[in-house]
Amino acid sequence: MAKRSIIPFGPQHPVLPEPVHLDLVLEDETVVGVIPSIGFVHRGLEKLVDKRDFKQYTYIAERICGICSCGHGLGYCLAVEQIMNIEVPDRAKYLRTIWVEMSRVHSHLLWLGLLGDAMGFESLHMESWRLREKILDMFDATTGGRIIHSVNQVGGVQKDMDSTMLNDILRAIDEIESELRPIAKTFLHDYTVQSRLKGVGILSKDDAIAQGAVGPMLRASGVEYDARLLGYGAYKDLTVEPVISKDGDSYGRCEVRIKELFQSFDLIREAIGKIPQGDISVPVKGNPDGEYFVRIEQPRGEAIYYVKGSGKKFVDRFRLRTPTTSNIPPMVEMLKGCQLADVPILILTIDPCVSCTER
Amino acid sequence: MDDYRSEIRKISMSEFFPAIVHMKTDKWRLVQICATTIEGGYEMSYSFCRGYDMVTLRLEPKEDEEVASITQIYPCAYIQENEAAELFGVKIGRIKPDYQDRLYRIDQTAPFKDKE
Repeated sequence: MAKRSIIPFGPQHPVLPEPVHLDLVLEDETVVGVIPSIGFVHRGLEKLVDKRDFKQYTYIAERICGICSCGHGLGYCLAVEQIMNIEVPDRAKYLRTIWVEMSRVHSHLLWLGLLGDAMGFESLHMESWRLREKILDMFDATTGGRIIHSVNQVGGVQKDMDSTMLNDILRAIDEIESELRPIAKTFLHDYTVQSRLKGVGILSKDDAIAQGAVGPMLRASGVEYDARLLGYGAYKDLTVEPVISKDGDSYGRCEVRIKELFQSFDLIREAIGKIPQGDISVPVKGNPDGEYFVRIEQPRGEAIYYVKGSGKKFVDRFRLRTPTTSNIPPMVEMLKGCQLADVPILILTIDPCVSCTER
Repeated sequence: MDDYRSEIRKISMSEFFPAIVHMKTDKWRLVQICATTIEGGYEMSYSFCRGYDMVTLRLEPKEDEEVASITQIYPCAYIQENEAAELFGVKIGRIKPDYQDRLYRIDQTAPFKDKE
């Protein structure tokens, strides 16, 4: 008869850069149940809307996470702009799109490095993070910050990029792309990587939908859904095709993220090629009065921003449903039936961002 | 962004459960549950997507009124229902699984309940 035991996993664990705790219910080495708990570093940032006016709150929104900082600022600003009927200049839409695609490159390279590290494949970890440095340098050059960018504002963006900067970005992504090809080949074809990822942590298409999976986790199970197709920012004018994989396993999730990296390079090139001249912001008058839900595709999946205002300078409610929050139920489902040794890799394949979740 | 449907529909407590069942049978997926504190109670927003369309069902329970959990219909709702119960103090009955104030490891009970 199998021996039943409960093993605590986290909040401190070598594969977890941020604290989350799971109680793993095991029968011998097989996981049969998972009880998650979060809140170790909860910051109450949503609640801060009570104390900051709606323009200042953009800075708070950008500090929800250090990887999708630009996207959080964008999501919040889009919601306020919809409520206030503000038409943002086209150049600002393109600049926002370039920065959020750079964030996707940053995020996926970071994840590839963490995956290499979790598998014990140190050279993959270091190579991925070496490439990530180049995109962080481009953030530094274009926004003045490597992690927190503070570029969004209600009504547009705060910083412009001249043609030299845009050419520098093109040069940087050409370099990253050519250096990423051999690394991607190793991730997708190496025997060691495949033996750790193929057929492990399968999430079927039906389960992915029923459990509310989002982002690469959803698309790796064969669901063609990408919130960029909603057309926010400059995506309406760009070529976006959801990247999908059919098998729904850990390898599929890795494959989707690698293909999305190359897709992001193409989107950045297309956006730089089409960026119009003109203003980067419009003046904002009055206070938001109304409510709106905005969906955007963050690197980890669809994020939903809700803003409700009642004509005062403080908004009544800001709510962010992060991709990681949505991916917890599918992760719990996926872990059931797996081996204890596969748990760290499986948790990593949802690309958890506890910083976003502990908003 | 205006090319896709995005609407908020107010519903009463008696309409709530049938409306959720209807969304499920009509193949809408649950994307988020949002609690907001209002005068004398809460505003609960249940958002659903089908393709790129989004519909939000809005329920306004009073402070002591219990809202039925939708986990029987949408199993993935448990994380956000537990969150609404723990951070806002919304009374939600029969969440499956109900973490009994242990999803969030925080000291304060319902920290988002009162407006400052």
